[in-house]
Amino acid sequence: MVKDMTTHKLSAENVNVYYDQAHVIKDVSLTIEANSVTAFIGPSGCGKSTFLRLINRMNDYIDGFRKTGALLIDGEDIYDKKVRVEELRKKIGMVFQKPNPFPKSIYENVIYGLRIQGINKKSILDETVERSLRRAAIWDEVKDNLNKSALSLSGGQQQRICIARTLAVEPSIVLMDEPASALDPISTAKIEELIYELKTQYTIIIVTHNMQQAGRVSDKVAFFYIGELVEYSDTKEIFINPKKELTQNYITGRFG
Amino acid sequence: MSKRVDINRIKDNLFRYVGIGCTLFGLLMLGFFLYSVLREGLPRLNAQFFSSLPSRKPDEAGILIPLFGTIWVMVLTSLISIPLGVASGIYLEEYGKKNRLASLIEINITNLAGVPSIIYGLLALEIFVRILGLGKSLLSGSLTLALLILPIIIVATREALKAVPKTIREASFALGATKWQTIWFQVLPASAGGIVTGVILAISRAIGETAPLIVIGAMLYITTLPSSPMDDFSVLPIQIFNWLSRPQKGFIINATAAIIVLLAITFILNGIAIYLRNRWQKKVKW
Repeated sequence: MVKDMTTHKLSAENVNVYYDQAHVIKDVSLTIEANSVTAFIGPSGCGKSTFLRLINRMNDYIDGFRKTGALLIDGEDIYDKKVRVEELRKKIGMVFQKPNPFPKSIYENVIYGLRIQGINKKSILDETVERSLRRAAIWDEVKDNLNKSALSLSGGQQQRICIARTLAVEPSIVLMDEPASALDPISTAKIEELIYELKTQYTIIIVTHNMQQAGRVSDKVAFFYIGELVEYSDTKEIFINPKKELTQNYITGRFG
Repeated sequence: MSKRVDINRIKDNLFRYVGIGCTLFGLLMLGFFLYSVLREGLPRLNAQFFSSLPSRKPDEAGILIPLFGTIWVMVLTSLISIPLGVASGIYLEEYGKKNRLASLIEINITNLAGVPSIIYGLLALEIFVRILGLGKSLLSGSLTLALLILPIIIVATREALKAVPKTIREASFALGATKWQTIWFQVLPASAGGIVTGVILAISRAIGETAPLIVIGAMLYITTLPSSPMDDFSVLPIQIFNWLSRPQKGFIINATAAIIVLLAITFILNGIAIYLRNRWQKKVKW
């Protein structure tokens, strides 16, 4: 079943990434559909985080970064000269490995993305805060303390504030770089539940080291190994019937 | 084996006593200095002392002019050095590429912070006083001191910016912020405590400087209050230097009283710096 390029949410064509001499992403091509969860898995240093950060151009600031190939979102090359990286990042949110709320109130954290766009109308901000916190499943826990510092919350709560902050700017894609790896099991379960719910409105790409997590939350899995995309298919397929021996060995924990 | 441990323990104790001794020595000297200055100078601190012009008679002389000079210099030096220093620090830390030229500049700035102040005086005498023709004015003096503390402010700013975690910057960028928005809304507020502390300590160093101002020709004896940056001026350290070189006992007492005033200004500035640092540290915890 061959689809037209433009119908994919994201498509990468022969993408290569170099840091100075190091060749860290090797000829990767893949497509991702809208409103799905895609998990990037693979051992440390396999390029999965680099590839994730390619999608919102967070690698741009790294000295010696160089990329070839095309990366299209909704059919448009995001590395085109016309693309303004700030605009791009409003459409493609990112949640980081360690919760990184700003040292400000919960309220200010959530509306930061709007503030920098010059939106200051109280009614819009209030509404955004409630909507985003509800979507991130943390409204009930913080609604009475919106002026409290976000740093006073627990790690799991902080991470959901960071998710709310990301959703507040209405992205269509949410990138998650091991979003639960610094959290306890209960917080992790909450984040996973949340990912499952967010899928109806967002396209989610998640990097994870945790095989069970990849199995639980994702529709498709991409397995990276030393910069190459080894295998990419439906989650069930990868876990039950991997095509490559390397994939089999990794998901059964023989290396990693 | 146990002998080794014993020796180590003795060494440990020995070092502790040496450490206590060194600390006590410093404290005692400082205490003695403060005591003798306060004993001689305190009775001289009255309204007449603060409101009088210089005089040949010690009892009629006062610090009105150098005190105002010091305040003028403090304000002008701040106005010149804070924007320049903080902006340079931000540029070097946030925008500048991290290459060999950058590390060369960094080493040089750190070295400049350690250059004897009289060298800055010589530089200023040539550039500000002679080439630019600013004369021995308040402006010349303030520019000189601004140069002197610029490296300190730059280094303090960079250190404070460095302490802001990379993850905060990334979070801001990822929400679509530009570099300047990230610096203005996140990095600067988070590092303000460190920057302000560094700036205040630098200013308090500037107001104690004597040598570079003497080199550029700051007045030992003037009788009118400066009313513009182009006027002649004197400052407290120069007045102290002047009085201390007189033979009369009365002038020596005047000098110790002026030392108390200068010390008070410095202590207040340092106190504010410590207060601000503690306040900001409590607010921002990573």
